[in-house]
Amino acid sequence: MAVQSNMSDGLGGNAGSTTAGCTLDDRWSGTRMRPGVTLRECRLARTRRWRNRRNTVLVVLAVVLTLIPVVMILFQITQKGIGTMNWEFLTSSEPFSVRRTGGGFLNGLIGTAIMVGLATVVSVPLGILAAVYLVEYGKSNWLAKLIRFFSDVMTGVPSIFVGLFIYTALVLQYGFGGLMGGAALAIIMLPIVVRSTEEMLKLVPTELKDASYALGAAKWQTITRVVLPSAAPGIVTGVMLAVARAAGETAPLILTAFGSLHLTAKLWGVQMQSLTLAIWSGARQPFEAGQARAWAGALELLIIVLVFTVAARLAARRSRISR
Amino acid sequence: MKSDTDTQTSLPQGLAVPEVRSSTVSAWGVPTEKPVFSVRDLDVYYGKNIALRGINLDIRPRRITAIIGPSGCGKSTLIRCFNRMNELIPSARVSGEVFYHGENIYAPGVDPVVVRRHIGMVFQRPNPFPKSIYDNIAFGARINGYKGDMDELVERSLRRAALWDEVKNQLKNSALDLSGGQQQRLCIARAIAVEPDVILMDEPASALDPIATVHIEDLMQELKQEYSIVIVTHNMQQAARVSDETAFLYTEVDEETSARWGTLVEFGDTSQIFTRPRDKRTEDYVSGRFG
Repeated sequence: MAVQSNMSDGLGGNAGSTTAGCTLDDRWSGTRMRPGVTLRECRLARTRRWRNRRNTVLVVLAVVLTLIPVVMILFQITQKGIGTMNWEFLTSSEPFSVRRTGGGFLNGLIGTAIMVGLATVVSVPLGILAAVYLVEYGKSNWLAKLIRFFSDVMTGVPSIFVGLFIYTALVLQYGFGGLMGGAALAIIMLPIVVRSTEEMLKLVPTELKDASYALGAAKWQTITRVVLPSAAPGIVTGVMLAVARAAGETAPLILTAFGSLHLTAKLWGVQMQSLTLAIWSGARQPFEAGQARAWAGALELLIIVLVFTVAARLAARRSRISR
Repeated sequence: MKSDTDTQTSLPQGLAVPEVRSSTVSAWGVPTEKPVFSVRDLDVYYGKNIALRGINLDIRPRRITAIIGPSGCGKSTLIRCFNRMNELIPSARVSGEVFYHGENIYAPGVDPVVVRRHIGMVFQRPNPFPKSIYDNIAFGARINGYKGDMDELVERSLRRAALWDEVKNQLKNSALDLSGGQQQRLCIARAIAVEPDVILMDEPASALDPIATVHIEDLMQELKQEYSIVIVTHNMQQAARVSDETAFLYTEVDEETSARWGTLVEFGDTSQIFTRPRDKRTEDYVSGRFG
């Protein structure tokens, strides 16, 4: 009887029907508690429950689909690379005939280390200083906006263009070499370092800077002693990711380092191999031995990149400001 | 009200302290006690908006001066004028004069960094650096080229801030592991480590629980033996408890443009402000009728 009466008195009426209590007031689709109705009886509407389940399934499905290629890549590289991966592979260079078995990618590993190292030494200090300018000095003036805009453009530029640029700017004059490869990688790393460092510096609370200024610190003292140390773990993360990206680049090195079968530490005048170039040339061979080395090289590079990424994550976890 | 006869034994109380000071008529202390700060016709703008208008007041040494008033009346803006911290906000502009021991800190050629080396500040939220307790205290000394014994300075500063006994065995630990009240006392210790002349406190206890607040207030009573203290507080009881003099700021509204700015309504002895306010707005505010 109360069910039939005015719906607005749902709060007051005990309605005499606890089981049908939820239908008392349709405005909340029976999801609210009222006198005489327990939480157990007060259930979500069926369509809502169904929608909730459907969306959960969709989201989980999306995650699984995303993971499939990653897992397959990891699996395949490990499976095919592990057979050739041994001490000899890690410690010797490529044989002069690609048909031969044995040998390894030491020349590529050393080349990658040299070129990525060069690129890091150049791009990290420059990138951090540029980010300091953006956050602490330029803020939103025209120069800062210009730097930001071109950093974004540079991040999106296909890396072969960077190789072409170095080719015309340096290689045509001085020939292929590790220095040129390093220069190309530095150009690729620079915008990543700038933008990631900028984001980290922006996270440094104004209160910390205020505290420093209030103690009579000059701007430069505040930046070097408070802002940069506070942001350091985050900056390290960005740098590691940039290093991982550079270590995995192939295209810009084709036109700059060119690739070689020799182990060399000479920075110019002679072509230099990198891990990625070694994988590329090995994989193109019709010979079993070359392909096998390429797989092992891929495994080696994968592990290196993985180590850097994990290190970056650990550094980020130590970060005080981003927690 | 706290009597400060113990610190001012040479001066008869009634003689030294003028009864009432308004924002327009500045009463001067007796010659032996020149003001630390003399603010004259101070206006502060944020961009085109005026935030504070026509402030005139004197801050006397070895006293606690409280700045009270409702939210948004410019208390924090005013206290940040004393060490030129407002300049860190890009749009802020200050006109008028703030004399520090007779010298205008806004005069051309005065470096704000030098000003801040004499005038310490403690902020609303405890803001220790993400460094060790020791390094927090030593920071100011290091950037100022302190030549003395750093360990001794750290211990002395922490003792002055009544924090030494709690942290003496964990000086190398991160300051962020301390409780909020300890962090704020650490910030006070950090401020006094550079041996300033004045300590500015911008609502130093507003983020703390009552017990930590009592710690801070006791500490202020200790510190005023050596330092001049200016404190901003929205807590009237706190102002009444700790301060010797009180400035009451209030928001004025221009009906036509609906522009709002803070202005100094009344300035005088804390006991007078709280018991015999001269202005109706002060009376309404301290009696809890608004704000």
